Amino acid sequence: MILTALIFILAAGGLLSWMADRWHPGAAKWVALATAGIELVLTIWLWLQSASAMALPAHGGWLAETRAEWIPRFGVSFHLAMDGISLILVVLTAFLGIVSVACSWTEIQTRAGFFYFNLLWTLAGAIGVFLALDLFLFFFFWELMLVPMYFLIAIWGHENRLYASIKFFIFAQGSGLFMLVAIIVLVFVHYRSTGVLTFDYFELLNTAMSPSTELWIMLGFFIAFAVKTPIVPFHTWLPDAHTEAPTAGSVILAGVLLKTGAYGLLRFVVPLFPHAAEHFAPVAMALGAIGVLYGAFLAFAQTDFKRLVAYTSVSHLGFAVLGIFAWNPWSLGGAVMQMIAHGISTGALFVIAGVLQERTHTRDMRRFEGLWSVMPRLAAMGLFFAIASLGLPGMGNFVGEFLVLMGLYDASSVLASVAAVAFVASVVYALALVQKIFHGENTHGWQLRDLSPREMATLCSMAAITLWLGLYPQPVLNAAPNTENSPPAIAVAPHEVNVE
Amino acid sequence: MNRLPSALHSDSLHFGLVTLSPLILLAAVAVVVMLAAAFYRHPRPVMMLTLAGLVLSFASLFLPQGASPQVTALLVLDHYALFFIGLIVVATFVVTVLCYRYFGGDESRHEALYILLLLAALGGGVLVASSHFASFLLGLELLSISLFALIAYPRFAERPLEAGIKYLILAGFSSGLLFFGMALVYAQLGTMQFAKIGTMIAAPDQALELYGLAGLALIVTGVGFKLALVPFHMWTPDVYEGAPAPITAFIATVSKGAMLALLLRYFLMAEAYQSQSITFALSLVAVTTILVGNLLALLQDNIKRILAYSSIAQLGYLLVGFLAFDPLAIEAVAYFLTAYFVTMLGAFGVITVLSGGFNDGGSDGFNGGSNGVAERDSDRLADYTGLFWHRPWLAGVFTAMLLSLAGIPLTMGFIGKFYILTAGVEASLWIPVIVLVVGSIIGLFYYLRIIAVMFAPVSQATTQPVMRPIASPSFGESVTLAALALLLIWLGIFPAQLIDVLEGTVVT
Repeated sequence: MILTALIFILAAGGLLSWMADRWHPGAAKWVALATAGIELVLTIWLWLQSASAMALPAHGGWLAETRAEWIPRFGVSFHLAMDGISLILVVLTAFLGIVSVACSWTEIQTRAGFFYFNLLWTLAGAIGVFLALDLFLFFFFWELMLVPMYFLIAIWGHENRLYASIKFFIFAQGSGLFMLVAIIVLVFVHYRSTGVLTFDYFELLNTAMSPSTELWIMLGFFIAFAVKTPIVPFHTWLPDAHTEAPTAGSVILAGVLLKTGAYGLLRFVVPLFPHAAEHFAPVAMALGAIGVLYGAFLAFAQTDFKRLVAYTSVSHLGFAVLGIFAWNPWSLGGAVMQMIAHGISTGALFVIAGVLQERTHTRDMRRFEGLWSVMPRLAAMGLFFAIASLGLPGMGNFVGEFLVLMGLYDASSVLASVAAVAFVASVVYALALVQKIFHGENTHGWQLRDLSPREMATLCSMAAITLWLGLYPQPVLNAAPNTENSPPAIAVAPHEVNVE
Repeated sequence: MNRLPSALHSDSLHFGLVTLSPLILLAAVAVVVMLAAAFYRHPRPVMMLTLAGLVLSFASLFLPQGASPQVTALLVLDHYALFFIGLIVVATFVVTVLCYRYFGGDESRHEALYILLLLAALGGGVLVASSHFASFLLGLELLSISLFALIAYPRFAERPLEAGIKYLILAGFSSGLLFFGMALVYAQLGTMQFAKIGTMIAAPDQALELYGLAGLALIVTGVGFKLALVPFHMWTPDVYEGAPAPITAFIATVSKGAMLALLLRYFLMAEAYQSQSITFALSLVAVTTILVGNLLALLQDNIKRILAYSSIAQLGYLLVGFLAFDPLAIEAVAYFLTAYFVTMLGAFGVITVLSGGFNDGGSDGFNGGSNGVAERDSDRLADYTGLFWHRPWLAGVFTAMLLSLAGIPLTMGFIGKFYILTAGVEASLWIPVIVLVVGSIIGLFYYLRIIAVMFAPVSQATTQPVMRPIASPSFGESVTLAALALLLIWLGIFPAQLIDVLEGTVVT
């Protein structure tokens, strides 16, 4: 029940804040904040509850489960379940929910009710994605989170918002349709061999199929997740969407929506199609390594603050892809760590970009210089998260990237050394960012208000989490999928599932 | 055809009448409404009478069925037929409600419209129940002839007249093809009953020869015109644009739905799907219909034209499910058609509500002269700028309809598309399925375009649309649109209820 509640609290909160805005302008953000707060408290409570359970392999890793009939005609059920990786991503989603409400506090002045409605519904869809264990339900949430995100970009975005929002929607929805076809094919392959029509994740694991069928179906899934993650040839929507979205939209996009792609690779692609994934792993890893380098190099070439951060996402998520397809305990722990740490640090950079944009109405880095003297607190925060982003030891990103490289070295030493080059490239773009914006003389004569207590609290909490992830990563690593032996071990056989 | 009901025994006739009651009631109501309109020319009571008749006819669908659904050789009222008659009756009900204010309310003399609507619905009902070429022909002509008059009903206005004439010529042409095709099939097989054609084809030595094949091809072509499948789609955008908005809704739903249901029944009963060449041709038609419909929709600036091309593409999607030819295909087609009915009625309903409509010139000088004829419907994209911010409910309903057409979850359109894909995958129709996916991606462009316009900021209100501000929708219209939107979302989240009904609709 708690899992259903996690989704419905957000959905109901969204409706409520829309209504609240009609009764009393200005109430919407309070309702949204309260909703996200309740959500965070609930998820942290869940985490504390399960901290002991996760260490016990007897549970098979599943902490909670809900199942109800939905469309019996197709064997579709409303099946939610949570294991360590879902839990950690749900916590991240709830936390970034609060961050995004906080950073929209003064930015969103028009139609606030509808804004918070869309924001909370995007989060509800993402949490649904992280919890769904029925493939139909998963696809349902997968598509559902796109529509409110589209509105967030299209209505409250910046100059080029129409183009960016439509591109985002078409990329995501189009690739999703290929996944839908792949899901249906998988279900029918399973139906023909067993006579059971079902969309349930556990039932579909270990479906017997010919290698070529397996490869084609896997590619259908892969393309949807590759667009979302993003993996390099499919990434072109991302810089546009991230740049044009309002601050909260960028935070959610980078922090949560990209994670749904990596989560899909982790949860569905490898466990459902272990053999095809194994064959395909070199290609996927090569694409991941290309993404790592390509993102870093393009980031360096940007003049738009948000666009730069967007390209760093491509680079960071490349590490997650490498880690997932290298598929060993080190690399998987690293991939999960990278997902969480990237969510926090990139989210923080977008918040900083949002703060600057709100005050100066520009994101062009050539128009900033010497902001340290005017906004010391903001500049310090900027420096902190830029360093986190380049992977300084002691911060979460370092742990993630280091573990990924360590695991990857086993799988492919060449790719590991290629990806390691990114450490240099990321230093270049991160320090260039700091240099261009904060250092030097304030030649443009900016007179700007420094961070308000609200913004300070937001960024400080994010900084604290980044440090915590870097200094004591074990809680997150505990939650990472446990691969003691072969790849399919992530997929727990149904009889091992311990229903709540 | 020369065989009258197998037994004129009073019992079986009685059962036959009970079974036929939905159609008989429709016909009877049309007569009653005509008489009422002749003696008491006020639109409101006439409309009320029409609605009551439709409700009665709908209720009669639930009467206990007689021993056999086959009533004479002409009509078969099995669950399949009853389901589609129900759909047609409900759609006619919605269109009737939408017509009232649009055609001038109580100030105009548009009673005849309701008679025509009832007759067209009767035609559609006969079509979906027909199991014989003769009833096919009867239903088709009843539907088409009523539609000519309906499209050109605002006879003072130029565009509806033009659309009416276009439709008249093309419908006549396609009927001609259809009848010629029937004649060829009859020439070879000597029967006009679908089921008998089926058994004859099943017999190996009587396989379709050239006549039969040509006949089948002509029938498919004729039906293709009515369904606006590519390459027989040319008339659609013009007629959709020119016809009054509620009538467009009627053409898009009842006319197309009835034809498709009939075609599916014909293919299954007459076993036409065994003809390799015809199914191949149909899958080719499906593929081109999806691509052409979606691509041409990208080029339009008029909402009615966009929806026209969109409906062409939707019929292409339907054909993909149709081509699977198994019980799942029937379910898929029935679900998708239901979703399509709800969506199209909702979308054109919003356009109707936003349009000034036509006043029949009952009182001269009303609505600022010019016989009360509006220049056009509110169908330009610019008319919808910022609609969400001043008419949130209407724009919300329209957005829901467009998202359903695009196949986004929480709407019936998503379940419908899922159904179609499932049927296609089950029958291993890979190319149509992939084209369906590609077509849906293209389709997103123009649906999002309309949505983006509706959500655009209203700041450029300086370019006030040429339309005069429109009175708020009548109570009936609001309730109807709200009901359609709720249905769209309810059945999109809990489709199991409708699926349970559909599982019984098997062609016997």
